[in-house]
Amino acid sequence: MITRRKLIVLLPAAALAWKYVVAGTPELAPNYNRSEHWWGMLLDIDKCIGCGNCVRACSTENDVPDGYFRTWVERYHVEDWHQEVPQVDSPNGGKDGFPPSTAIGGKNFFVPKMCNHCVDSPCTQVCPVGATLHTPDGVVLVDESYCVGCRYCIQACPYGCRFLHPRKLTAEKCSLCYHRITKGLTTACCENCPTGARQLADLKNPADPIHEFLKTHSVQVLKPHLATGAKAFYHDLDGSVR
Amino acid sequence: MNLTKFKDAEHIVRLAVACAVVLVLFLLVRAHFIPKSFGQYGHYRGDALAELSSKPVVFAGHQTCEQCHSEVLDVKKAGKHAGVNCEACHGPLAKHADDPGSVVPQLPDTKVLCVRCHEENIAKPKAFPQVVGAQHSGGEACKTCHQPHSPMLIPGEKKS
Repeated sequence: MITRRKLIVLLPAAALAWKYVVAGTPELAPNYNRSEHWWGMLLDIDKCIGCGNCVRACSTENDVPDGYFRTWVERYHVEDWHQEVPQVDSPNGGKDGFPPSTAIGGKNFFVPKMCNHCVDSPCTQVCPVGATLHTPDGVVLVDESYCVGCRYCIQACPYGCRFLHPRKLTAEKCSLCYHRITKGLTTACCENCPTGARQLADLKNPADPIHEFLKTHSVQVLKPHLATGAKAFYHDLDGSVR
Repeated sequence: MNLTKFKDAEHIVRLAVACAVVLVLFLLVRAHFIPKSFGQYGHYRGDALAELSSKPVVFAGHQTCEQCHSEVLDVKKAGKHAGVNCEACHGPLAKHADDPGSVVPQLPDTKVLCVRCHEENIAKPKAFPQVVGAQHSGGEACKTCHQPHSPMLIPGEKKS
C-alpha cells in the first residue's frame, strides 16, 4: 500500500529516473531467448560496391578507434593466372571508399571482411582467463572486464579480425552488434549496406531466407582447411581470397 | 598410526595444519574473486552477455524510421533505392528517434553522398549504375536532377 508519505519520497525518485527511461538506452533485451538463435552472416561478393558504409557504420555504432577495424573492405586485383599472388589494397580499411583503380584488366572485386564467428574458434580456445567467449547463440564476444590484454587471441585468429584497443588495452573484435541483434535489430553494417551485400543470418530460424540461399547458391567460407567452423558465408568468393 | 612414535611429531601436525589453513584461505579468496555467473554458459562470466547486450544503440534501424516517415517509404518502395535503408544515407539517428523534437538530422550533401556508391570503379559489379562524377554532373548537386529517394530523373529536368 502506497501511503501519502511514501509517495512523496517516490515521486522525486521517479522523476529523476524518468529521463533514463525515456532516453530508451541502455535497454535490456527481456524477450530474447539465447537458445533460439544461431547467428551467422552472408556476404555477397557479387553485390559489394566498396562504398565503405559498413566500415563507417560499425565504427560509429561500436565506437571503434581510428585506424582500427572490426570490419573492413579489401579490393582485389587478380591477373589471369596469378591466383596465388593477388594484389590487395584496403586504404583506411575502405572507410573512406576506394580511389579509382590503377589496375587494368584482370579480375577486380571487393571483399568485405569481419569476424567469422567460428563455432570452433581458435581465439576462444587460447584465452587463458575466459574473457573471450562463445555465446549459446553462436557469437564470439570479448568480456572487457575480464580481459587481461595478453594478446594471445589476436595471434590465434587466422582471419586477423582482432586488435588491442589502444586506450582500454583489451582485445576488441566484431561483436556481431550483440547489443542490436538481441533487441531484434540487424547489425549496423547490414543496416547500412546499400546493396544487401551483407545480411545477418539466423541459422536456427527456419523462416530466415539464408536457408534458401545456402541451398541454391555456391557458398564458401574463408580458410575452410582450418576447420574453424566459420559462419561468415561468402557467395561468389574467388579462390585468390585469403 | 601413532604419531607419538616419531620424534618431533608435532612438526608434521603443524605443517598439516598450516597446509589446511592455506588451502582454506585459497578456496575462500578464490570463491570471493570468481563471479557468481562464471561457468553459467561456459568458461566465462555469464553476466557478460547481459552487459554486452544492454549497450545503447546508435543506428535506430529502418523499422523505427518508417513508423513516422511512412510517406518517404512509399516513394522509396517504388524506386531503385527500395533496398537502401534510411540511415545508410542519413547517418545514425537513434537519438533523433528517441527525441525527434530537439535532435534534428542534417540533410546530407548529395554532391558528396551519391558518389560514395556511384563513382565509377573497375572493382564494382558491372551491373551496378556508375558515373564519373566530374563528367556526369560537372559539379552540380545530384538532387538537381535526381530525387534521391527514387533516383530516376525528375520529370522536366533534362540530362545535360
